Amino acid sequence: MAKNKKKDGASAPSLALSLSGISKSFGPVHANRDVALDVHKGSIHGIIGENGAGKSTLMNILYGLYSADAGQIAIDGKPVRIASSSDAIAHGIGMVHQHFMLVKTFTVLENVMLGAEKGFQLDSSVEATRAQLKKMGDEYGLSVDPDTLISDLPVGLQQRVEILKALRGANILILDEPTGVLTPQETQGLFEILRALRDEGTTILFITHKLHEIMALTDRVSVMRQGEMVAHRETAKTDMEELAQLMVGRKVLLQVERTKVEAGEPVLQVRDLEYVDAAGVKRVDGLSFDVRAGELLSVAGVAGNGQTELLYMLSGILAPTGGSIEIGGAKVTADNPVDAAHMRDLGVSHVPEDRHNRGLVLPFDAKENSILGHHNDRELGGLLFDRAAIAERATRQVTEFDVRPPNIDLRAAQFSGGNQQKLVLAREIDAAPSLLLIGQPTRGVDIGAIEFIYSRLMEMRAAGCAILLVSVELEEVMSLSDRILVMMDGRQIGIVDRDAADENMLGLMMAGVSSEKAA
Amino acid sequence: MSDFLLQLALALDAMFRVATPLILCAMAGIFSERSGIIDISLEGKMLAGAFAAGAVAALTGSPWAGLGAAIIVSILLGLLHGFACITHRGNQVISGLAINILASALAIVLGIALFRQGGQTPSLGQSERFRPIELPFAEALQNVPVLGMIYSEIVSGHNLLVYVALAAVPITAWVLFKTSFGLRIRAVGEAPEAVDSAGISVYLLRYRAVIIAGLLCGIAGAYLSIAHGGAFIRDMSAGKGYIALAAVIFGKWRPMAALFACLLFGFLEAVTARLQGVELPIIGEAPVEFMLAAPYILTVILLAGFIGSAIPPREIGEPYPKEK
Repeated sequence: MAKNKKKDGASAPSLALSLSGISKSFGPVHANRDVALDVHKGSIHGIIGENGAGKSTLMNILYGLYSADAGQIAIDGKPVRIASSSDAIAHGIGMVHQHFMLVKTFTVLENVMLGAEKGFQLDSSVEATRAQLKKMGDEYGLSVDPDTLISDLPVGLQQRVEILKALRGANILILDEPTGVLTPQETQGLFEILRALRDEGTTILFITHKLHEIMALTDRVSVMRQGEMVAHRETAKTDMEELAQLMVGRKVLLQVERTKVEAGEPVLQVRDLEYVDAAGVKRVDGLSFDVRAGELLSVAGVAGNGQTELLYMLSGILAPTGGSIEIGGAKVTADNPVDAAHMRDLGVSHVPEDRHNRGLVLPFDAKENSILGHHNDRELGGLLFDRAAIAERATRQVTEFDVRPPNIDLRAAQFSGGNQQKLVLAREIDAAPSLLLIGQPTRGVDIGAIEFIYSRLMEMRAAGCAILLVSVELEEVMSLSDRILVMMDGRQIGIVDRDAADENMLGLMMAGVSSEKAA
Repeated sequence: MSDFLLQLALALDAMFRVATPLILCAMAGIFSERSGIIDISLEGKMLAGAFAAGAVAALTGSPWAGLGAAIIVSILLGLLHGFACITHRGNQVISGLAINILASALAIVLGIALFRQGGQTPSLGQSERFRPIELPFAEALQNVPVLGMIYSEIVSGHNLLVYVALAAVPITAWVLFKTSFGLRIRAVGEAPEAVDSAGISVYLLRYRAVIIAGLLCGIAGAYLSIAHGGAFIRDMSAGKGYIALAAVIFGKWRPMAALFACLLFGFLEAVTARLQGVELPIIGEAPVEFMLAAPYILTVILLAGFIGSAIPPREIGEPYPKEK
């Protein structure tokens, strides 16, 4: 590791890394377009951008996992060619990946050793690695028991092992969204380690979409948007607002525009609804509420308090074990269950909480995903699909919901989280439901897409659709709802009007305090 | 009583002979599967090796040339499997099955074309085969009770390839667990992305693993036709490759445990041959068919989770890189 502390005073600081003209396309998608980046030696350089802005692609190019279509990379002023990760390692680049690159069944020691063995027999490598681990532990507080299996370590320590691996002989350390899996305390610990490494002369590239991390940690920051590098700033000379604007390219609307909508007749009537699971645990316990046309009812609560089971019963995935659900003239009870397809026919659309497992078939392309559950529609052909009609429907959905890239032949897995959510939303809203069920609509979704999703929900509400939103984000609940139902332990703690509620009161209710007392 | 002991000694002696191809193929399977490549083609590689050994030994008169030919042919089939599964990300089970069918049919066609003996290769003379080796002092120790008898009757008097098979087990264990190559092989079957990001080629590692598997299966094939037997007979591998694969799973992809599984399966088969039609006390006629099916039944019971659980390498059967 280079120990050359930067203290060059007046002279221009030297560049550890310089990228210019980097471009990369995946089929028709421009993931990176003419990207330039200069990173000063011994600094922490943040790269911020929304999901799908091309940050990870750029880093994967730098680490040799993808090859760029065009562009130059220079390290310490010398142009280099990085065709594989072994090239990158040889040039002193180490990377901590978003998804850990660890062998779970190996010990910490074996993982750190892998790829950096000293010879054919392991004995000498084992000793050397053990000594090196101890040294890193002493110097940077990167201590971890070398003989523990990775699968027995908490996520924070697994990441520490990743850092230890990446640091073998590296002068430039890339961290790709490293805090996504960490608790706030672990994040603080990581930041301290990174600062210690910087002070020892390591250059750090820190990729994130969280503004406060950029402000807390970095010396300089570059902003990416839609595959392009849009700005470079010194962190001390910018602020979160400016960065947020640069990220999304326009003024962020923090306030949702709500129009006054007169609520109509009840669309959904739930009475004494109960669900007991296979293990005999009562997951939902006596819910009674209505959702009226043009009304948005939120179900708030700490995750895992029966919200998921409620959504599943309302969408027909689970049959209730007690009580009733009235929707579109049908009455669903334990004796008269209705499956998900029938619920759809009754005018219920469902944007599930877990879009990867319940909302999309990831290996299917966007046009196939656009007709999931609607494959029997007459306009799509009878026994044989009318391909043109499917493409037309998919194109309409993708255009209306501004899915990026607007390519209906791309597999669902190839879209970013926010755009996957838009695909699901587009399909469900396209069915013109009378009741829209929507779970955690903005989980793993970037700011731009959140804003879009909120405004579409408000449009649906204005058009007279009844909406039931399940969310653990209080801010989201507060800004969207007309009324809020709080659940705890499967029970209904209370229903309050949005205007009569505040976050403090909802927090108390989520802990089980009744609405009268909480108010 | 002494008759029973003699029978037991003979059965144990036969166990080693029966288990030898199983052990070699099991070690081949461990290398391949630890690297993430399902190796159902143990059977086909062994059979092709057996044919190559029988044919070349008959043509040249040299068992060593036969052994060399067996190894080369088996490695080539291993490379074919690798080309399909590693380079072209094909389905590993299908590729393995294809190789098994190809080997079985090709051996017969080539055998008929070359020797016109209905698919067999000519019977080999003594000098054209690997002969039993008397270990030192076997004669002298013959009359020492128990230990001497075990040494001279059971341990001594096998052909070279039996000892090669037995040596292959500790060597496999050493390579897998004590060398950097073994560390990488084990890693590439569990988390190829970790190997890739450490700057090591996943392809090259997996190719090396299938080459080693080919080498070991080739020796197993040569054992069948020019050491244990004296000619290649059509379909002479008779499912041993599959039993070896069962032993790999039964041994949970560990060399020593797989060796014991092979010996157990070998012992069952050796005893079965001796108990054909024999009346046993209490149970009556020996359940020969059941004993022959035992390796598969035991493996199924193991897989069902009744005797511990067999957790395969995590990425076995998965091509790399995965679909993006």
